[in-house]
This record gives sequence, C-alpha cells and structure tokens, in this order.
Amino acid sequence: MSTTPAGWEVVIGLETHTQLSTASKIFSGSATTFGAAPNTQANVVDLALPGTLPVMNRGAVEKAIMFGLAVNGTIAPHSVFARKNYFYPDLPKGYQISQFELPVVVGGKVGIVLDGVEKTVQLTRAHLEEDAGKSLHEGLDTMGVSGIDLNRAGTPLLEIVTEPDMRSAAEAVAYAKALHGLVTWLGICDGNMQEGSFRCDANVSIRKPGAPLGTRCEIKNVNSFRFLERAIEYEIRRQIELIEDGGRVVQETRLYDADRDETRSMRSKEDAMDYRYFPDPDLLPLVIDAAWIERVKSAMPELFEPMRERFMSQYGLSMYDAGLLTSSRSTARYYEDVVILGADASLAAKWITGTLFARLSLDGLNIDRCPVNSGIFASLLKRISDNTINSTGAKQVFENLWNAPQNQDGMRSLQSVDNSIAKHGLEQVSDTGAIEKIVDDVLAANQKSVDEFKAGKEKAFQSLVGQVMKASNGKANPAQVNEILKKKLSG
Amino acid sequence: MSLTSDDIHRLAKLARINITPVETERTLRELNNIFSMVETLQAVDTAHLVPLCHPIAIIQEMPLRLRDDAVTETNAREANMVNAPQQENGLFLVPKVLE
Repeated sequence: MSTTPAGWEVVIGLETHTQLSTASKIFSGSATTFGAAPNTQANVVDLALPGTLPVMNRGAVEKAIMFGLAVNGTIAPHSVFARKNYFYPDLPKGYQISQFELPVVVGGKVGIVLDGVEKTVQLTRAHLEEDAGKSLHEGLDTMGVSGIDLNRAGTPLLEIVTEPDMRSAAEAVAYAKALHGLVTWLGICDGNMQEGSFRCDANVSIRKPGAPLGTRCEIKNVNSFRFLERAIEYEIRRQIELIEDGGRVVQETRLYDADRDETRSMRSKEDAMDYRYFPDPDLLPLVIDAAWIERVKSAMPELFEPMRERFMSQYGLSMYDAGLLTSSRSTARYYEDVVILGADASLAAKWITGTLFARLSLDGLNIDRCPVNSGIFASLLKRISDNTINSTGAKQVFENLWNAPQNQDGMRSLQSVDNSIAKHGLEQVSDTGAIEKIVDDVLAANQKSVDEFKAGKEKAFQSLVGQVMKASNGKANPAQVNEILKKKLSG
Repeated sequence: MSLTSDDIHRLAKLARINITPVETERTLRELNNIFSMVETLQAVDTAHLVPLCHPIAIIQEMPLRLRDDAVTETNAREANMVNAPQQENGLFLVPKVLE
C-alpha cells in the first residue's frame, strides 16, 4: 500500500486534536457530554455574552501534564493562553482561546513500530485550547441559513504537534495509532473518532532526498486511520504528478473527500488567515509547580511498555502474548484480575488471547462489556487446573456462561462455574477404572487401528485417542487416556 | 514605519469592516499617527527583558486561578436564546455559511 515513489522522499508532520475527557468545559461549568440536544450544554461563557470571563478547568491541565509526562516532554512551569482571532459563526467570541508562544508541553517523543522496525517520532509541542461549536447545513440551506449548535464550544482540546518526522502514509498512520493508544490508555481522551474526539491534520510535502523541505500542504480534519492513509497517499501522488509535469506545489489547506478519495483545495496561503495571536488579557499565565507534577505522576497508570516487560518477567509470558494482553488497559486489568484471583498465569494468557478474544470479536464486543467477568473466568481456569474439566468441557462451560450471564448475579463465581459444569454434565472423567473400560471397548471395536499401530503407524494412535474421547463424550482426561492407551497397546 | 492604503484594506478585511475610500484615507492618517508613537516606544532596547504576558505581573506574581472539573451549569437554552434574531429546533440560525 505505502510505497515510497522512486526518486522522492515524503515528509509528513501531524497535528492531532485530542478531546480531553473532562466532565466540564475548559473555561466554564457546562457539561461536555456528546449528543445532547442543540445548545442545551452552552452557557453564557460558551456563548460569549458580554461581561463573562473564562475560568480554567484544573482537570484539563492535569490531563495535559499527564500526557507530557507519558511522552517525556517538558511540562512548562509557565505557559500562556493567547487569542487566535478569526470570524466564523460557530466561534461566538470571534477568537479561540489557545496557546501560542508558550505551550503547556514542550518536546517529547512517541515510539512507533512499523513492519517490525522501531522508530521514534519527536513531538514539537502540545497545547491546551478550546473547541469551536458546530455549523449545521442539512435541511436548512434551501432557506439560505445555517444552524449553529454551541454545545461543543469550549470543549477542552490538547493539540499535539509532531516534527516532520514521518516518511510515508503508513508511518503517519502508525504514529496516529500509537498516539491514540497512548491517550486512551492514560484515560485523558475517550478516543472516539466518529464523535470527533481524535482528529488529525497532516502536513505533507515531497522532496528529492537530501534537498531542503518542499512546500507543504495541510490536509484538515481526518477522523479515521483509513482515511488518513488514503488522504496522504492521494496527496503524495498529486504533488509528484504536479512537479513532474513541470508545475509547483502551492502552500494551501486541503480537505479530504472520502467519497471521491481525493483532497481538494480549501484555501491557499494568499488568502490564508492572519490569526493575530496575542496573550489573552482575561487569563493569567498558567503556573505548574514541581509538586503538582509529582502528584499527577503518582496518580498515573502504569504505561504499556513497562507493563509488557513486567508481564514477561512476572508471569513468564512471551513478548507476543504480553503485547496482546497490554493492548488496552482494560485487557491488562482483566488478565491481572484473573491471575490475582488464582488462575494459572500462562493458562490465563492462553485462554484470554485465544478463546476469550475470539468470542469477543465474534460478538463485536470490547472487553469492558465482556459478559463473563474476571472472577468467573478465573474460576473456570481453576477447574481446568484441578482437572475437574478438560479444555473441551471448559469451552462449553465458557459458552454457557457467556450466553447466560444473568446467572452470575448474587452467586459466587466458583459456584456459577460448578453449577454450569454439573448442569451440562461436563465433569472430566479421571477415574482410571472408567477410562480403562472405555479404552477396552474402543480397542475391541477398532482392531484395524490396533493392527496399524502395531505395524508402526503413529497416526493410528491418535485416531484411537479420538475414538476414546468421543466415546466419553469428550469428558475423559486426555492425559490419562494417552497413558492408558499406551500401556494397553504395548501390553 | 508607515502604513499604506493596502494595509488598511487588509486590516478592514480581517476585521470584516466595510470602509469607504474617504474612511480609508482618514484611518490611514490616524493609524500612522499612532504608529509614530509606537516607533518612539520601539526605540527602547528590550532585548534583556522577559516579555510581559499580563500587566498584573508588574504588581505581583499571580498564577491563573483554576476551578475543579465539575458541571455546575444546567440547561438554560430558552433564556440564552431570547435575543437570537432567528432560531429553529434549538439552533441559532445565521446567514448560510459556505465551506
């Protein structure tokens, strides 16, 4: 998909608007809940009524600090809010409160892995700002009007800006995914791209290797990883064709149209905005002292890289399994809960990455919505370890518990599992006498396989094991079956 | 530094103000007067000074006041929209915006 065109080097930088998951807005006490009826979450500050003043949300600052710590950036002890001036109906003040010369986070880096190769993307900065409202046109344009909903106005954003470090669309997507993973892991952003909680702008230019940077175009507001990749791919092709045909790239802002899979000019540099930034006199400098940073640091969740390392050393997991189990904080929590509740660590890893993941994806569920809770799951695994059930039986119990989660209410988890085992008669048969009897019957009925085995056909043995398991309705202890069969056949 | 009438037109455009040729000329004259005062200020060497972000910092160190992250507002749409010249289904209506 992502090929570097011969003779050209692609240079990409990303600006990502992450919506901070605070309960209230950045400068007012209005709610930030998505999907409320228009203008029901916009108060006098959000509407910019005369005489109102912004008061900064401590929670938004803390989330910015947490981000800065997680990417090893510098938390500015002193940062300043500025007014970014432009006119648009969904921006009632006529300016957006943002940060310009002195942002809250300076520098930092995000690691990405693409096709097994690790790379670091340097961050330039991350700054706090407010979101604008929403303009609606549908059903209104025939009346020659647009509708304005200011519920989103004043929602806190952290705009994260990279250096022009990425060299392909695939790298840009890998970075966007890594960043998305990080902010959702930290819990500072819900990561919902459809609702606009995580939006990317891409700056794209091309040059001959070693040449100075080419003229860049900015692709605005891409809200899916797939569209980000396609928009950048399209833009690279457009710029190369333009230059190879003797033209030149004009610095401009372009919009990606997913329906046509192309980018279109929105505005060129000539009529680009002059935002006339200046420090907002309504807001004093934001001061963050070392003690505050320490408090935020101590409340921070363990990050996935150290957690992955810990899973490998503490639970003896492979890098691959440890990676899967730390793919989200809730997955990691589920795994550790199961282990803490007494399940064997490697059995738990095998069952969660196998059976549980498969079942979740079949129902399109996130682990947060898993109908089998960690307590029940741990109990199920304990029953495998103590030989009450074999893995075939356990899969059935799992399926039964998945489909009847209401039975878990008010019942202790081990009891639920045992009830399900008893109800469906799935106890493993470990009684030697009983298994010997089944084996004898199977051997008597399958003389051909016995002869084949004695003639040296190893496959015949597996077929006999299968017959015994079948005859026991899948309930015989497979290890014992193997042992008894071997004994009888060699006897 | 002296402004030209092109600068005045650009500023007017950014501020979304329509000005007549007579007003352009008067504004140019007035702004140039102001700029000559600014030039006097610019003669001062400020290289060794930290930019002042807020005038109150001259008087005392005062950090930004913060509030807890809590929802304190309830829906007041009806009152908030009393002055809207045009509205429909809870939306403020404005002259059509073209993207």
